Amino acid sequence: MTGVATFALEGGALDVLMPMHLWFGADERVVGVGPTLAKIAGDEQLVGQPLFDIIDLRRPQAAQSAEAILALAGTRLRLALFCRSDLPFRGVVVPMPGDQGGFINLSLGVSFARAVADCDLTLNDFSPCDQTIDLLYLREANAAIAHESRNLTARLQSARQNAEAQALTDALTGLQNRRAMDATLKDLTEEPMARFGLMHLDLDFFKEVNDTLGHAAGDHVLTHVAGILREEVRKGDVVARVGGDEFVLLFRDCDDPELLQSIANRLIARLEEPTTFDGQSCRISASAGSVLASRYEVPSPDQMLNDADIALYASKNRGRAQHTYFDDELLAPAIGTARPN
Amino acid sequence: MHGLVNRALQGFLTDTYGKAIWNEVRSQAGLPFDGFESMLYYEDRLTGDTIDAAAAVLHRDNLSLLEDLGTYLVTHPNLEPLRRLLRFGGDTFYDFLQSLDDLAGRARLAVPDLELPDLHICHLHRNSFVLEVTWPVPGVSAVLLGALRALADDYGALAILEFDGSGGGIERIKIELLDMAHASGRQFSLGAVSM
Repeated sequence: MTGVATFALEGGALDVLMPMHLWFGADERVVGVGPTLAKIAGDEQLVGQPLFDIIDLRRPQAAQSAEAILALAGTRLRLALFCRSDLPFRGVVVPMPGDQGGFINLSLGVSFARAVADCDLTLNDFSPCDQTIDLLYLREANAAIAHESRNLTARLQSARQNAEAQALTDALTGLQNRRAMDATLKDLTEEPMARFGLMHLDLDFFKEVNDTLGHAAGDHVLTHVAGILREEVRKGDVVARVGGDEFVLLFRDCDDPELLQSIANRLIARLEEPTTFDGQSCRISASAGSVLASRYEVPSPDQMLNDADIALYASKNRGRAQHTYFDDELLAPAIGTARPN
Repeated sequence: MHGLVNRALQGFLTDTYGKAIWNEVRSQAGLPFDGFESMLYYEDRLTGDTIDAAAAVLHRDNLSLLEDLGTYLVTHPNLEPLRRLLRFGGDTFYDFLQSLDDLAGRARLAVPDLELPDLHICHLHRNSFVLEVTWPVPGVSAVLLGALRALADDYGALAILEFDGSGGGIERIKIELLDMAHASGRQFSLGAVSM
């Protein structure tokens, strides 16, 4: 070191500059402590105590003598007071001139927030140069900002849920969803002299694809099916995915059971063409049931969906991969018949 | 203008005058339906429009309304975190005044894109200060006047604060600090907050 070898400071000046200092003499007893350290120690009297009765030196290594601790002069120490072992300090020790012991300065380290709260420290307990206050300030500011961010995230999430609830499109296939189909069906049934067809179509063997080849293959098949359905209907007709592998098609200006039959035959034939996913062949088929609005005096959405459903399960009962047009005769044997998947 | 500033304005109008008044202000000022979002950024114009609309709806002049906003920022329970952050500025109102130059920088420590009014405190003599405020929206000194009067009470200090004119884009407030320990003030403990 260059310049002045030693200089003197009054105790009061030390308290201002380093309110968390601890000074021990050649006899290894504590000579003085800064006011903030004394405040942290609380009722425990530090001055006059043997140094190693009050100080628990943890890093870089334990020391039990003045000589051992002074050998660590200038290095970063981790230590605590035995009476507050939950508050680890950061510190540095330097020797006093003339083998008169040593001088340790401490700071709160990362436990600053707990120390401030537990020991009721105030702005005046820190040196104006100490940035602990800025850390406390930042910590509170961050908490306040995080609170605002959480509010924003919560609002966005609820907005997203609302948007999803109001969505009219099936996210996977881009077809209309149940909601959209219900709305169109309601409009169609409310038209005077409603003339349209409703087809309920359910994939066969889709569960097997999902179970053996996985959900990605299942999603691939659904997307592929959606493409075929879209291609096979006229512009203005509705194709909706209303369940996992269930679809409802609405054909406008349609009053011909034969037409529905031929559309269904074409759809089923195309759906049975195998597609490949990841080198694996995926085979499915479809069963369908349909109904025309013209068969009712006043068509209702629920009635039509229900009747198309009965026709669909008639197709399934007859061995799948076919289409059935709804007929009153279907009602009698349907009772008591188990519905296959 | 940062959403936090606009959100504070929205909070002031909603907490003080109710949701119906806020909705009227929002529609007059042409704001988004959901109001301001704290973490977004808005055109400066919207802040001025909101203040003008609020003054019109409430039949108040802008400056007295903004002064009430300043009081609200320091005294309303919903903004207790803000009061605490301000009290970090100093142990006494005198220390706090001296720290005002750092206010915008401190705010940027927490929110890097938050632009707060640029403050410059001039210590004229013993107990007399002039605060110079620079900010894109006029009337900002009224907000500070309300906030500083409330903070003087918070510290238990007796002070006289008044407008001291404006010019060159700078608004001025004159502060006479009469008694630092006039009353007990409100409690502030550094470690009192639970997170």
